Amino acid sequence: MTGWGADAVSVRFGSRLALDLVTVTAVPGQVTAVVGADGAGKTTLLRCLAGALAPSAGAVRRPPARRIGYLPSGTGVYVDLSVTENLTFRSVTYGIPASAARRHIGDYLERTGLDAAADRLAGQLSGGMLRKLGVVAAMLPEPKLLVLDEPTTGVDPVSRADLWWLIARAAAGGAAVLMSTTYTDEAARAARVLVLDSGRTLAEGTPAEIVAAIPGTIAVLPGPPATAEERRLAWRRAGAWRLWQPPPVSLPAAAPSAAALSAVSSPAAAPSAVSSPAAPLQAASSPADSASAPPSPAVSWPAAPSSAAPSAAVSSPAVSSPVGAGPPGRRSELVTPDLQDAVCVAALRRELDAAGPFGALGVGDA
Amino acid sequence: MPEPLAECAGVTRRFGRLTVVDGVDLAVGPGEVVGLLGANGAGKTTLIRMLLGLLPVSGGSVRLFGRPPSRAARRRIGYVPQGLGLYEDLTVAENLAFSRAVFAGSVSASSATPATGVPRPLRRYAGICVRDLPLGVARRAAFTQALEHAPELLLLDEPTSGVDPLGRARLWETIGETVAAGAGAIVTTHAMEEAGECSRLVVLASGRVVAEGTVAEIVGRARTAVVRSGDWAAALRRLEAAGVRALLSGQTLRVPDRAAADVARALAGLPVQVGEEPATLEERFFGLVAAKVPG
Repeated sequence: MTGWGADAVSVRFGSRLALDLVTVTAVPGQVTAVVGADGAGKTTLLRCLAGALAPSAGAVRRPPARRIGYLPSGTGVYVDLSVTENLTFRSVTYGIPASAARRHIGDYLERTGLDAAADRLAGQLSGGMLRKLGVVAAMLPEPKLLVLDEPTTGVDPVSRADLWWLIARAAAGGAAVLMSTTYTDEAARAARVLVLDSGRTLAEGTPAEIVAAIPGTIAVLPGPPATAEERRLAWRRAGAWRLWQPPPVSLPAAAPSAAALSAVSSPAAAPSAVSSPAAPLQAASSPADSASAPPSPAVSWPAAPSSAAPSAAVSSPAVSSPVGAGPPGRRSELVTPDLQDAVCVAALRRELDAAGPFGALGVGDA
Repeated sequence: MPEPLAECAGVTRRFGRLTVVDGVDLAVGPGEVVGLLGANGAGKTTLIRMLLGLLPVSGGSVRLFGRPPSRAARRRIGYVPQGLGLYEDLTVAENLAFSRAVFAGSVSASSATPATGVPRPLRRYAGICVRDLPLGVARRAAFTQALEHAPELLLLDEPTSGVDPLGRARLWETIGETVAAGAGAIVTTHAMEEAGECSRLVVLASGRVVAEGTVAEIVGRARTAVVRSGDWAAALRRLEAAGVRALLSGQTLRVPDRAAADVARALAGLPVQVGEEPATLEERFFGLVAAKVPG
C-alpha cells in the first residue's frame, strides 16, 4: 500500500501488551484518524509513527525525521518561550530559511488568531491556543508525515474549527496526516479511520466502509430496554435507546430465532455479513467481504461458555429471545447507522465476546 | 410548573474589570437535563461555581431549591468536577467510604448500596487505587460517589471526556435514570455528540446566553454549503484565497453559514458540485459564537 504507516505493529511495556498487531496507513494528501478511549493505545501507535518509540514487533514506514512533524500528547512546545520564540526555534532546528519561516509563521498566526498572543509565553495560553501553537509548530517544516496526538481534546468547538482548518491545509499541501481523537464525530471527518480498543483494532477503513461492515442492523427502541437481552445489546444515544440486532445466524439449533428476528431484521442482515466477533470489524476494500470472513462464524459467537453448555437457558444472544421485538406492541425503527454506532457495536461485540453469556449478564460479578 | 431546582436570574460575575458571566438566566427543573455549551472562557465553569455557592455573584441572584446557595443545599447536589474529585491514592472502596462519611446522615436509606459495599459494576475494582484505574472506570467511580446520597440536582462538568462511545452511553444511562427518578442535571460539554442527550441546551458566548432550546431549535434553519470535488485540496485553496474558511469532512468541504451560490461563485471554473445541507449543531455553534466574539 502507498503511504506511510505501521504494519502489524505490537508494543510491549513489561508484561503489558500496549499494541497488538495494529496496522494503519497514512496516505499523502489525506487525513487518517485514530479513534479510541484514553488508554486504547493511540499515543503508543503515534509515537511509533513519529519515530519516538521502537515497536516490539512489526514494521513502521516513515519518512526521515526531518520530514516528520509531530505534536506529542503533552504541549509539544516550550512553555517558557513566547509563541513567536517557539516557532522561530522550531524553524531553526529544522533548518528552514529565515525568510520562508517568517512568511509561514506570520500567515499561520494570523489565520489561527494566535497573532494577538504572539509575544505571550506559551505556558500562559488557553488550552485551545496552546494546541493551535503545537500544530502550527509541527507543520512548519512542511512535513511529509504529520503526526498529531489528540490535537483537539478538551478544545472548544471554535478552536477545534481552527485546528481542523490547519489539518486540512496540511493535507491539501500533500502531507499524510495521522491524528488521534476521542471524538467519533471528528474521526468521521477523516478519509480513513482506525478504531482502537485496549491496544487492538476494532475497525479500520473509510468511515463508510466501517459503517457498511456492521453486522446486522441497528434500531431505535420505543423506550428503555425491556428485556435482559435488550439490555445487553442496547445503548443510549441522543436521549433514546439504540439496539444492535445481530444478523440471523444459520445455526441448526437456532432455527426458531430467525423467525423471531424477522419482524425487525433487514435484507442487509445476510448471514454472509457475519464475521467472528474476535476479528476486528475490518472493512475490506473489495466488495467480496464475505470471502474473507471466517467460514463458520455463527458457532463462535459468543465464544467460550456457549459451546460448552449449549442449553436453551444459556444460548448465544443472537439465538435466544426475540431481540428487538420486546413485549407485544413494541416496535423498533431501523436507523441508518453512523460511525458512532459502528464503534458502539464493535465495543459491544468485544464486551460480549470477552464476558461470554454469563459475564455479560453480570452473573460472575454478583 | 414545578419549582426549579436551581435558578440563575441575571447572574453576573466580574473579576476586576473583566466580566466573565454577564446577566445569565438559567433554570433547571426536576426531570430535566440542561446542557451548557460554550467555548473556553465562555463562563461555564464560573457559572457552575456560583451555582455551588463556591463563588459569590457580582450581580443578580442564584437560588438552589428556592433559597440562596448554602452548605445544606450542597448536600442535595451531586457534583462531578472535570478532575473527577476522587483521591488518586485511595482505592475505589476507600473513596466511597470517605464520601459516605462526609455525607453521613444524608445518604438516602433507599440507596441500593450497603453502607460498606461497592456497587456491582465497580466491585472488581474495589481494591484498586484510583490512579491505576482506566479512565472509564474512574469516571464510573466518580459518578457512583456523586450519586450515592441520592442528590436532587446533578452538576456535571465535562462528565464523559476521554471515554469511548459505549462507555459514554453507559454514563448517560446513569444520568438518564437519575433524572427519570426526578432529579435535574446541569451538564457542561464540548462534545457535540453529547448535546443530543440533553433535554435543553444553553449556549454561552463571552459570558452571555446566545441561544437556548433543543438541538433542533438551536440549529433552526441554518444551512451549510457543501462542496463535492475530485480535488478538494484545490477547492480549499481557492476558498482560502477568497477569505472563506471551509471544513474538511472526508473528501467533501463544508462551509458553515454560507449560501451555496456564494461558494459556487468563489469556486467558478473548478470542477465542483456545490449544494446545501442543514447545518450540524457544531456548525451552527460557530456562527453563534463568532457573531459574539469580536475579531
